[in-house]
Amino acid sequence: MGIRFVLMVNKQGQTRLAQYYEYLTLEERRALEGEIVRKCLARNEQQCSFVEHRTYKIVYRRYASLFFLVGVDNEEVSRAHTFTIMCPNELAILEFIHLLVETMDRHFGNVCELDIMFHLEKAHFMLEEMVMNGCIVETSKANILAPIQLMDKAS
Amino acid sequence: MNPFSSGTRLRDMIRAIRACKTAAEERAVIRKECASIRAAISDNDQTFRHRNLAKLMFIHMLGYPTHFGQMECLKLIAAPGFAEKRIGYLGLMLLLDERQEVLMLVTNSLKQDLNQNNQHIVGLALCALGNICSADMARDLAPEVEKLLQFRDPNIRKKAALCSIRIIKKVPDLADNFVDPVVSLLKEKHHGVLLTGIQLCTDLCKVNEEALEYFRKKCTEGLVRSLKDVVNSPYVPEYDISGIADPFLHIRLLRVLRILGHGDADASDCMSDILAQVATKTESHKNAGNAILYECVGTIMSVEDNGGLRVLAINILGRFLSNRDNNIRYVALNMLMKAIAVDAQAVQRHRATILECVKDLDASIRKRALELVYLLVNESNVKPLMKELVDYLEVSDQGFKGDLTAKICSIVEKFSPDKIWYIDQMLKVLSEAGNFVKASVWHALVVVITNASNLQGYSVRSLYRAIQISRDQETLIRVAVWCIGEYGDMLVNNIEMLDIEEPITVTESDAVDVVEIAIKNHSLNLTTRAMCLIALLKLSSRFPSCSQRIKEIIAQYKGSLLLELQQRSVEFNSIIGKHKNIRSALVERMPVLDEATYNGRRARSASAAVSTSLEFASNLSNGVIARTDVAPLVDLLDMGADEPVPPCSSGGNFLLDLIDVDMPSSSSQSGTTQPQKSGTDVLLDLLSAWSPPPQKGSPTTDIILLNQDDKPSVNALDILSSSMVPSGEAKPTGPYMMDLLDVFGPNPATPEESGPTFPPIVAYESSALTIIFNFSKRPENPQMTDIEAMFTNKSSDVYTDFVFQAAVPKFLQLHLEPASSNTLPASGYGSITQKLHVTNRQHGKKSLVMRIRLSYKLNNKAVLEEGQISNFPRDL
Repeated sequence: MGIRFVLMVNKQGQTRLAQYYEYLTLEERRALEGEIVRKCLARNEQQCSFVEHRTYKIVYRRYASLFFLVGVDNEEVSRAHTFTIMCPNELAILEFIHLLVETMDRHFGNVCELDIMFHLEKAHFMLEEMVMNGCIVETSKANILAPIQLMDKAS
Repeated sequence: MNPFSSGTRLRDMIRAIRACKTAAEERAVIRKECASIRAAISDNDQTFRHRNLAKLMFIHMLGYPTHFGQMECLKLIAAPGFAEKRIGYLGLMLLLDERQEVLMLVTNSLKQDLNQNNQHIVGLALCALGNICSADMARDLAPEVEKLLQFRDPNIRKKAALCSIRIIKKVPDLADNFVDPVVSLLKEKHHGVLLTGIQLCTDLCKVNEEALEYFRKKCTEGLVRSLKDVVNSPYVPEYDISGIADPFLHIRLLRVLRILGHGDADASDCMSDILAQVATKTESHKNAGNAILYECVGTIMSVEDNGGLRVLAINILGRFLSNRDNNIRYVALNMLMKAIAVDAQAVQRHRATILECVKDLDASIRKRALELVYLLVNESNVKPLMKELVDYLEVSDQGFKGDLTAKICSIVEKFSPDKIWYIDQMLKVLSEAGNFVKASVWHALVVVITNASNLQGYSVRSLYRAIQISRDQETLIRVAVWCIGEYGDMLVNNIEMLDIEEPITVTESDAVDVVEIAIKNHSLNLTTRAMCLIALLKLSSRFPSCSQRIKEIIAQYKGSLLLELQQRSVEFNSIIGKHKNIRSALVERMPVLDEATYNGRRARSASAAVSTSLEFASNLSNGVIARTDVAPLVDLLDMGADEPVPPCSSGGNFLLDLIDVDMPSSSSQSGTTQPQKSGTDVLLDLLSAWSPPPQKGSPTTDIILLNQDDKPSVNALDILSSSMVPSGEAKPTGPYMMDLLDVFGPNPATPEESGPTFPPIVAYESSALTIIFNFSKRPENPQMTDIEAMFTNKSSDVYTDFVFQAAVPKFLQLHLEPASSNTLPASGYGSITQKLHVTNRQHGKKSLVMRIRLSYKLNNKAVLEEGQISNFPRDL
């Protein structure tokens, strides 16, 4: 799918989880997050869930006080003539965000910002089971959560 | 025990951070935590290593530096327990910067873990490898990953598949090894394995043509069957999303079929049934279904032609366009943009709906729709489309006006059926959004007006009307003032009335009013006000009755703090007051500006501006700005009135030529080409023309008197007058001569001082690529040669990621500076420059020699060219 980053940000624009699938320096990351958050949080409910920013296309969705943002390659910027180029499927990314939220819901039970903050590593483990190197690995919630539950039982 | 290392619990740290009210407080908390973590690290404290790393991850997420934790990750990874390894790998993936030594250290641990028997540990290692693998690691660990593609647990196989993608991206040579394992992965039933196997297959097809052919033959049918199975599968609770079994798998499958079907009729045939089924049967009430439909449309559009399917696809997009959900409309616009290339006619049918989307409340949709409209315009529909767009310009919000204006102007210039329509549309745009119009656009408008001899009267009257209504659009004011200055008499006397015009009564003093209001408007910038002064001078001769009033207005600026205005005012004042006999000849109408020359120049400067890097551009900016700005202003004073037209316009060109000549030397300082010499001569001429200090009267009168009998200085003054306006903006304080010298850049005397010179050589030439070397020597060190390499690309494709490498024998020393850019524009429009410094320790005995290597990407395919340069001039 060419996912380049996954961000979770609260209403105040504070990052609550950030996972990049390409290397960015600390400064680049901070700048990027700031710009994106400013752009996305300013939009209202009626506007569409896609924002183009630099070489990214950002697909975002809001759940209560938490924004989930996924950056994918924007093929318009890199190069565009034919259909064979893998343009991102924005709707599928939207569906992926929902799957991520449902998975977290299943584990935490009605997931909220604090769950993610205080269990950052678990949130990362879940994401790790779902996305690797920018590609979706697994779409079954049971399969995603199995290793995490196993871990919980062991400790 | 270290006093810091007691540390707080992770939970407490997060609470403390949350409790911070200001950024400064937060920084203080983090600083304290980081200090204690560093202390723990230096104590090699094992008990809290796990917790410290978790803290570091949190701190990292907040955007603070955490590089000091990288070694801790390695220690945790090397620990035997699963819990330690797990957090260690996670930390590695998050905290890692691209420091090669850390990666090298971790390779060994990864290798061990990949060979473990515990599938969870293997999974962790695969995941980490998949996310951070470098080319070296890929080579080292590829065999392990290959083996794991057959591991007993499907969860490992799927991760190994994604890991392989990273490996083949880093080292494409390894792709062959993965082709066969993929064939068996594609036969699996486990969704995760199938999903990742297909992804691997897709990526293999992208890096390797042979693999694509192989998969096309061997796997197309199987993949079509898989798609059929998943489409027709009964309810599977684990993968079900709103009634559809695993939409992600659907999409992946459609996507790989897109690649296999593209350009291959047989494969396309094979999949047409199932594509039709997906396109017609998929439930479109929920997002998941629409995602599949969207992907399916993309696939139909890219596989080989099948009329029926295409109609189906365009219809789906039509439905999407009228959907109330903004997301759906957005993707529809996106896809239609690509569908234009396949079937423009079908897209045209949706023009009205698309036009509505330009006016949408949502900026993302507006932007997409505008781009689509831009692609849809042609000669036959330009008039109605333009009316809609211009009407919308009035009500669109400020943020969007810039984009919209640029697109409108570009459409008008490209498709205008006749000049009067062009002028009308441009006036509308100028009145609505003049401040967003780029300089090159209004310059072009002025050029068109001067060329349309029968429309000049119409233009100036329309401009006069427009300026009465919108007084705050600076660009409109500029064009209006310029035209009033030139064609003021046509405005007042209704000359060349067109049938469609309503007659207006404008008195001479009305016309002067307009200019007076503009010049007194302090919010306008200097160039505009300078243009006003010139217009006034011209009007003083066109409207004898207002001459006294104009003189008074001009005289007010004798004391202006803006040097440019002050100077002009003094000059013009004396022209009006003391030189009535030559005034009318001085301010005659501008000669017609040549459209072809102007357009050519515009294209050149545009490509120059695009192709040069920042640094280079700043060198050139004088030239580029002068070029675009000067063109319409050239010869505003029109000193050569007693000469026929050609010398005047050549005066303007002359300046441009000079600037042209000056450009290479300002960037390389090495050219001793002939034209520059002549540049110097002219400069000297100019200086001599100026050198007798004016004893009495104003400088202007002197120069005008000179003009009367001295032909070369006509050109000289033209240069002067036309260069003053743009340069005045930048350097309002410089006296005449300084300004002139600035225009010429570096002191023209330098080439003589720089010792022996060498002609440039064509160092390398292939079918499309040319490299030219310019040499310059440093007089203080004969061993050193500075080479400026210039790369040009004559092919029709842009080269990206362009890298030039060079190697020299031992007696030479080579230093390469960064290149001006890494993108080489096509068709010779622009070039990349790069400086090389070569020190020849055997100077005088051996001449230079160099091996070069050029790598670049052509349509995303890496290309490598190599060569040897041995035709260097001797004695370098």
